[in-house]
Amino acid sequence: MSDLATLTHQALDEVAASTSLAALDEVRVRWLGKKGLLTEQLKSLGALPAAERPAAGARINEAKLEVQTAIEQVSTRLASEAIAAELAAGRIDVTLPGRGAPRGAIHPVTRARLRIEDIFRRSGFEVATGPEIEDDFHNFEALNIPADHPARAMHDTFYFPDGRLLRTHTSPVQIRELRKGRLPLSMIMPGRVYRCDYDMTHSPMFHQVEGLVVDENVSFANLKATLQGFLQAYFERELRMRLRPSYFPFTEPSAEVDMSCVFCNGEGCRVCKHTGWLEVGGCGMVHPNVFKAAGVDAERWTGYAFGMGIERLAMLRDGVSDLRLFFESDLRFLRQFGAA
Amino acid sequence: MKISLNWLNEWIDTGLDAAALGDRLTMAGFELESITTAAPAFSGVKVAKILEANPHPQADKLRVCTVDIGAGETLQIVCGAANARAGLYTALAMVGARLPNDLHIKAAKLRGVESAGMLCSAKELGLAETSEGIVELPEDAAVGADLRDYLGLDDRILELSVTPNRGDAMSMRGIAREVAALTAGEWTTPDCSAVMPAHDLTPTVLLAAPQACARFHARVIVDVDNRRSSPVWLRERLRRAGIRSISPVVDVTNYIVLELGQPMHAYDYDKLHGAVSARQAATGETVELLDGRRIELAPDVLVIADERAPLALAGVMGGLPSSVTADTRRVLFEVAWFAPAAIAGRGRRYGLTTDASQRFERGVDPEVGQLAIERATRLLLEVAGGLVGPLVRAESPEHLPTRRDVTLRLSQVQRLLGCSVAQSDATAILQRLGLSAGGSQGEALIFTAPSHRFDLNIERDLIEELARLIGYGEIPTVPAQVAQNIQLSKRDAGFAIDEQRVLDVLAARGYHEGIHFSFVEPGLQSKLFPQVSARALSNPISSDLAAMRVSLWPGLLKAATENQRRQQPRLRLFEHGVVFLPDGSEVDRLAGLAMGARWPEQWAETNDLVDFFDVRTDLESVLSLTGPLEDVRFEIAALDCLHPGRSARVFRAGRAIGWIGELHPLHVREFEFSSAPILFEIDLDAALVEQRQDFSEPSKFPQVRRDLAFVVDDSVSYAEVRRRVFQAASSALRDVVLFDIYRGAGIEVGRKSMALGLILQDKDRTLTDEETDSIVTAVRSSLSEGLQASFRG
Repeated sequence: MSDLATLTHQALDEVAASTSLAALDEVRVRWLGKKGLLTEQLKSLGALPAAERPAAGARINEAKLEVQTAIEQVSTRLASEAIAAELAAGRIDVTLPGRGAPRGAIHPVTRARLRIEDIFRRSGFEVATGPEIEDDFHNFEALNIPADHPARAMHDTFYFPDGRLLRTHTSPVQIRELRKGRLPLSMIMPGRVYRCDYDMTHSPMFHQVEGLVVDENVSFANLKATLQGFLQAYFERELRMRLRPSYFPFTEPSAEVDMSCVFCNGEGCRVCKHTGWLEVGGCGMVHPNVFKAAGVDAERWTGYAFGMGIERLAMLRDGVSDLRLFFESDLRFLRQFGAA
Repeated sequence: MKISLNWLNEWIDTGLDAAALGDRLTMAGFELESITTAAPAFSGVKVAKILEANPHPQADKLRVCTVDIGAGETLQIVCGAANARAGLYTALAMVGARLPNDLHIKAAKLRGVESAGMLCSAKELGLAETSEGIVELPEDAAVGADLRDYLGLDDRILELSVTPNRGDAMSMRGIAREVAALTAGEWTTPDCSAVMPAHDLTPTVLLAAPQACARFHARVIVDVDNRRSSPVWLRERLRRAGIRSISPVVDVTNYIVLELGQPMHAYDYDKLHGAVSARQAATGETVELLDGRRIELAPDVLVIADERAPLALAGVMGGLPSSVTADTRRVLFEVAWFAPAAIAGRGRRYGLTTDASQRFERGVDPEVGQLAIERATRLLLEVAGGLVGPLVRAESPEHLPTRRDVTLRLSQVQRLLGCSVAQSDATAILQRLGLSAGGSQGEALIFTAPSHRFDLNIERDLIEELARLIGYGEIPTVPAQVAQNIQLSKRDAGFAIDEQRVLDVLAARGYHEGIHFSFVEPGLQSKLFPQVSARALSNPISSDLAAMRVSLWPGLLKAATENQRRQQPRLRLFEHGVVFLPDGSEVDRLAGLAMGARWPEQWAETNDLVDFFDVRTDLESVLSLTGPLEDVRFEIAALDCLHPGRSARVFRAGRAIGWIGELHPLHVREFEFSSAPILFEIDLDAALVEQRQDFSEPSKFPQVRRDLAFVVDDSVSYAEVRRRVFQAASSALRDVVLFDIYRGAGIEVGRKSMALGLILQDKDRTLTDEETDSIVTAVRSSLSEGLQASFRG
């Protein structure tokens, strides 16, 4: 049976010489397949005396097993070599930029407005809007600013030939909502407003958000709580707020809203002109004349109102220093609010 | 308004420094804008007296002065000022002095003569913008004293802003009164007692419009010397309030306004003709104002007139012909009370907002007039000499404002402020403000407002005063227990989709949101939209911001040109905002602009220019926020500003909702775009209406795909092909995929080849080959017959 040993040797040599799984499979078929050279050896058993057959059969099977084991080993090695080769060939530069276009961005003023809306909505406020071309009644008269009132001079109004005007504030929406007669109410009214004024710190168009809460016993103390809560939510930090007496025809008492400077925590810096305070809006208790003009019984209802400039809030949050940048759609500016 | 702290301290001893006082006033509604010092920093300047002024041996324009600096010491100073004369009291910067602008004074030789310092002009000391010659001080000046001490130049100036309701506080008297109320202090008034007449020249004053001018004080002062210059103390006070010294007469009138808040006017009595009256102007009358303009008057304008013509626009500005000059010897003082309604807005009509008009519009205390004219008389005698005539007073008592009774309910104070105020506290506060308590009526306390407070008329006004004096900071902070009343609002109904989601879709697709002015250049807009007449502003900020936008495209296109100029050729911009249609409606729109390369410059993609179909997908991703696109239709249609072959009107559920297309080549050239922008604009309310959807279960059976290639005329639209395919096929047709369009070699000119994949699948069973074939056959014959499609093979 030196034949068998020679064959086995030959088979093992061929297995070891296989360089691919396909070649290895051919070797397997040639030696161990149904008609494989080693398999064929079993057929020769018939020629042996019966007493020798079991031992000879066992030797052949042993040889087959040896070759089979070698094939499996080589197969495993070749498979892992193939994977390794595929991996080596398939390397990419993962630092390359991704395909397609990066994300754009929502405008910082819109972002501020949506954030403001969100904060108030969560507190049960509704959001209402109104027309931007208004009439004298809603923009002035009903807000206790009769013709020739000195406060009109502060408004620098854009007019149309028919006497209508671009609203100078979002307050006319208060009148429109109050006249619907659905009380109590708590709502905010964001939107574009217009003043005939254009320089470093004034834009002829900007955004305000107006707030109005009317109920049977709404008080100045409640107003303070709402504003304090809003400012802390918007700026995401504890801050101090103070209401400073002021004058608006449509509220009384009226106040300017100051908050402790977010840049220096009220210590005093260039932004707050070393006062420690930043002015962020105006507010007050709805004037009885406004209720009267809107058909609301001022003896039964009380209300507070407030107004803030959205650009101002956006600038304070995002550190934008020139108001005009907001309206120039300079991509180099807008990109900073989205992806690079 | 600028308040000198030294001056205020003469009225009331506050015991507060400038910062503390400023803070107190700020928290009482008079916002402190700044605190400055009356003069810039300088040191080493003394009051000195020129004893001798001799010609310089080497220079005609210089003088060699011997200057007394007190304590028997004299110095030799060389000076070039024309007014450097013996006997003059002036300012000397000693050797070692530091002047503003970093000027250090050293001993020097001027043309060979020693000078131990420098005699200073007001300008050199930062006390004036311009000045002629060196400072002239009065003859009682304390020689040797430090000039800063002598002139009180370390005085602090508080700049306060006064709200329009508080005209009463626009004076030293008003602020002193307010500070007294805030600090519970006492305030005093300077001597305003009557001056005994020294002659009997008595002007005639007529109140011809008593509802507008109800009180008029006048007096003639003769032998006035208006050529003098006002004394230093007066000039300094005016300067610290921001007013230039003009002449003694004018300075006195200006001083009275600052001090008492009563605007007054001085006429050259010799230029007047007969009686002086306050009357309404006649139509067509004119007056030449102090600023040199001649204006035409209207009957609702009040004037001061003599028997010939109007002299002044009452309460706003005096007239030039009757104004005082250096030569004026006889002065007529006018101190009148004008009703706010008679003055309000009149000045603005002529483009004039004067200090006087602002005060009269807000209301001047009708009781201060007599004090003002007596005080002015005293001052004028002091600064310009003269003989005083009798005081003339014309008045119409029934037209003077009455002092109003205002009631106050403490229950309302509690309800409005959210904290209670005791009756004794409320009364004490209101009394400090000059109101008088007049008993009560049931729950209501009755108060009478003082004559200077035009803003105290109703209960609410008193509640505000209580809150203000108690301090807003003392009112508690209490969250409201507000009953919520949820209403169906626009964003909960019509505008079905949360705005943020709409904006996010475009941002995620690479668009940047812009916000542009609602007014645009009228010429540009009418070129884009020649059929639409936009609303025009009467008083635009500039001619290129004069028309209300009828579309968001003008703003986007302008932004695109500017970005192209800034070397940003690839743009994806959108805007969400209102447009203003000629019918008066305001429509909420969403618009976008895409221009330049399809992708940012990169390594991974071949990069063509963005086209209609890229932007269509962008628009469709917005539209699909509210449901599938089955009800959305793009129909070729022409709009003036778009390429007629590359623009579509967009419909949803049969309603026109907007436009999409490439900018017309004419405009591309006009804007000088390097490539054509693709634009879209939709009406958000119409485009985004949430649709309820009925979902169906996916079929469990296999799907079959059959491809068809055919040639049709170029004019045949894909929509038409698709419609016919669906019409001809049975309900087993799930979807159609267009996977190729080809024009060129092998296809006749004017025709195109299209390749479709039909996706077939039945929901209840597996389709047989026969069924599939019959569907394909039906589709082929429909396309052949209806669209003259020819099939290959």
